[in-house]
Amino acid sequence: MINNLSVLLPEIFLTLSIFSILMIGVFIKDSFNLIFNLTSLILILTIAIIFNSPNNLEKIFLDSFMRDSFSNFFKILILISSLFVLNASKHFIIDNKLAKFEYPIIILLSILGMFFMVSSNDIILFYLGLELQSLSLYILAAIDRDNLRSSESGIKYFVLSALSSGLLLYGCSLLYGFTGSTNFDLIAEELTKENTGAIFAMVFILVGLAFKVSAVPFHMWTPDVYEGAPTSITSYFAVVPKVAGLAVLIKFMFIPFSNILAEWQTIIIFISIASMILGAIAAIGQKNIKRLLAYSSIGHIGYALAGVATGVISGYQSAIVYITIYVIMNIGAFSCLYLLKKDGEYKENISDLSGISKKQPILAFSFLIILFSLAGIPPLGGFFAKFYIFTSVLEQKMYTLAIIGLLTTVISAFYYLKIIKTIYFDDSLITYDTTKNKIAQLSILISCSILLTFFLYPSILNNLVDRLFIYQ
Amino acid sequence: MNFPILSTLIFLPLVSSFFIFLSKENRSNNSAIYISLFSSLATFILSLFIWYSLDTRSADFQFIEDKSWINDFIKFKLGVDGISILFIVLTAFITPICIISCINSVKIRVKEFLIAILVLETFMIGVFCSLDLVVFYLFFEAGLIPMFLIIGVWGGPRRVYSAFKFFLFTLLGSVLMLVAIIAIYWITGTTDVTEIYKIQIPKEYQNLLWLAFFSSFAVKMPMWPVHTWLPDAHVEAPTAGSVILAAILLKMAGYGFLRFSLPMFPIASEYFTPLIFTLSIIAIIYTSLVALMQEDMKKLIAYSSVAHMGYVTLGIFTFTKQGIEGSIFQMLSHGIISAALFLCVGVVYDRLHSRMISTYGGLVNYLPKYSFLFIVFALAGLGLPGTSGFLGEFLVLAGTFQKSYLISMLATFGVILGAAYMLWLTKRVIFGNTNNAEIKNLKDINNLEFLMLATLALLIIFFGFYPAPLIDTLNISVDNLIGNYELAIQKNEIN
Repeated sequence: MINNLSVLLPEIFLTLSIFSILMIGVFIKDSFNLIFNLTSLILILTIAIIFNSPNNLEKIFLDSFMRDSFSNFFKILILISSLFVLNASKHFIIDNKLAKFEYPIIILLSILGMFFMVSSNDIILFYLGLELQSLSLYILAAIDRDNLRSSESGIKYFVLSALSSGLLLYGCSLLYGFTGSTNFDLIAEELTKENTGAIFAMVFILVGLAFKVSAVPFHMWTPDVYEGAPTSITSYFAVVPKVAGLAVLIKFMFIPFSNILAEWQTIIIFISIASMILGAIAAIGQKNIKRLLAYSSIGHIGYALAGVATGVISGYQSAIVYITIYVIMNIGAFSCLYLLKKDGEYKENISDLSGISKKQPILAFSFLIILFSLAGIPPLGGFFAKFYIFTSVLEQKMYTLAIIGLLTTVISAFYYLKIIKTIYFDDSLITYDTTKNKIAQLSILISCSILLTFFLYPSILNNLVDRLFIYQ
Repeated sequence: MNFPILSTLIFLPLVSSFFIFLSKENRSNNSAIYISLFSSLATFILSLFIWYSLDTRSADFQFIEDKSWINDFIKFKLGVDGISILFIVLTAFITPICIISCINSVKIRVKEFLIAILVLETFMIGVFCSLDLVVFYLFFEAGLIPMFLIIGVWGGPRRVYSAFKFFLFTLLGSVLMLVAIIAIYWITGTTDVTEIYKIQIPKEYQNLLWLAFFSSFAVKMPMWPVHTWLPDAHVEAPTAGSVILAAILLKMAGYGFLRFSLPMFPIASEYFTPLIFTLSIIAIIYTSLVALMQEDMKKLIAYSSVAHMGYVTLGIFTFTKQGIEGSIFQMLSHGIISAALFLCVGVVYDRLHSRMISTYGGLVNYLPKYSFLFIVFALAGLGLPGTSGFLGEFLVLAGTFQKSYLISMLATFGVILGAAYMLWLTKRVIFGNTNNAEIKNLKDINNLEFLMLATLALLIIFFGFYPAPLIDTLNISVDNLIGNYELAIQKNEIN
């Protein structure tokens, strides 16, 4: 029993810490700063715990919870990205009067939910983790409760997400009904082409998951929520739940649905192509950076799904590499937004970027690197992400998917170029406040240096990801 | 050789651009210019050293560097042979000239401009050194970023439109090449060019792969009908940008045909020869006619570039020794001549801020030194015997005659048209009446400009009379290229 618990150590530690800092928050007044710093500490400690936990496969609690290199990798990715997202946005949170002590605690709760999602080997546990995550995210979307748009985005997200959770749960119950088990491994054995009912269940589950990663045609909430929520929340939405969502999606394809590859592959290919095309075209007309990044994230999820659509391990690996580089780019992009402050107000329109290259050359250059990388232009990191995806897509001889994917990169390059044009070619209009936000600058620096030097050792992520699927 | 001399050559400009980035910006911006000039000259000397130590009696790739990179089959592989070294030297030679030219013409953000030029040089040399398809693609595409900024930040009034058009056209052409590169990886199991030369790519794949590469090179070359980005980009780009674009970026496509399309897909290359011939002939005749009608000097030279590149594609796809050597020679000489012509336009543009032909006239009376050099370059541009422009065209036509009388006859028309637009341009700009009062107050070119242009003029005349250094360097490599091509065709016919 003690052995079992050691497998669960990160989750236990996280839960206990959340309860303790919640108590601190209740009893100490004006404790935002304290709790915020404690949260960062907890994140770092959890990273340390996971680093020290073994990577071998271990299943506990009647095989419903598993710890392996796959879940460890994603947990670390989730933790590191939340750490950066949270700390870079601290000034923003304080400036916008969002400094409630619940803020970091709810983020920790959503991380706990994601932990259970990526570690689950059972649909019940998976659903519980997903709901813990989703409920936390609803609150986060509406955290700026006096702001109409934030509340609106919270409600919108809640209603739509609840619907998708309902569909997902319906799929789970169908899956249980037709396979007689809730365990992923047992489902995988039962789930074959002949089991038509279970294939229905698969479709429902895919719909739910596609909603969580905001893939077309279940993307409707993304632009509104991204624009309405405060930037600090948007940056969290754009990065962390996407990672967890993709991890779970890959896990579902890899374990329970592994025998019905031909059935789900068509669906994923469709979702992937639709996301890539919509992400490329709908972003062109956007004027708000957050809204534009929402569409760009839809497109990026499309590319990651193209890797998943291959249905082979190398494809999943390329999707994981893609999402990792996507996280690095998005942390950088959102950190740039935290530096665009004018008279205490954060600017978020593309036209506000006009000519910042003249007054803030380093910020402009970093933005340039991140945007070219998002567009997938070599020799930046984003190119290698796309390169790996299309290498594995073409290995499966899916030429149409690859060609559509690459053509959409050209279309999407257009709107990234439009931002670069605003930054570099236009006249400067606004003089921004000098910023003391050192952590946002640091995360931009880290993100840019990774993207710039990625070409020196492009196999680094692949070597990490190679070890994720060693079992089975 | 153990010392990674090619990597040094590639990354020297990049490293020095980092130093420029750190250097303090003051009013005169001297330190940035000195660093960039020094590093680009060092690169040039290093490239000359590599040329000197290259064994031209061997067709093998030399100075090979082979480092593990993405995986065991996609390596960071560099190497040069007789063909690529000449393009590297050209690149390293043109860059310091661009830097000198920008002393007068670039007034704002000089530091950033120099960084962009040096970063671009790194990518351009990288293109010519790479012996791996992925490395090639990396450098080939990366060059878009600095060029986009050069056009967009320092360009003329319609710079945004031109920069976007340049970027999106080239990117669209290139993504298909990326698909083809990855497909080759899965067909042959490697992206190492020398390995692929040994493995014959199956016939059924060749046509599609050739077309994918063609889509990229045709846009970059540029061939008719996808040449429309070039005049726009040239007109709006600053002088140094136009020079690099005309002198080097366009040559990447011709080099790509020689290095990749021809040896990797010989059967497809033969199959598509009529297509290339048709497009080249249209480019030569049609764009020469268009050039005749231009009122903007830069546009005229841009269209003449398209026509000259038509000779290059024509020569490459004759698969004869004269044709291929002629195209390489034509590319090199066009690299110098077009660079010189754009610099000439830049010189008067800096003084009067107009590129319109009608603004000028009778320059010979007021700017004698300038006019003399301009006439030399214009005559070289039309291919006067005794200049390097003549030899390239002559060899290409000689190669074409062996293939088809009709094609070579049509191509010869282009020579006449070329003479027409170049001479007419000279007549209207250099001779004629001075209608514009401002011209009378113009100063002749200063010593720096004279030095820069005179070097180019001397080179044009030198290689016009004595092309042996270039031809000797390419000889064996071209023989080897044609030998392998003919072998592959024979094998195919036997099957």
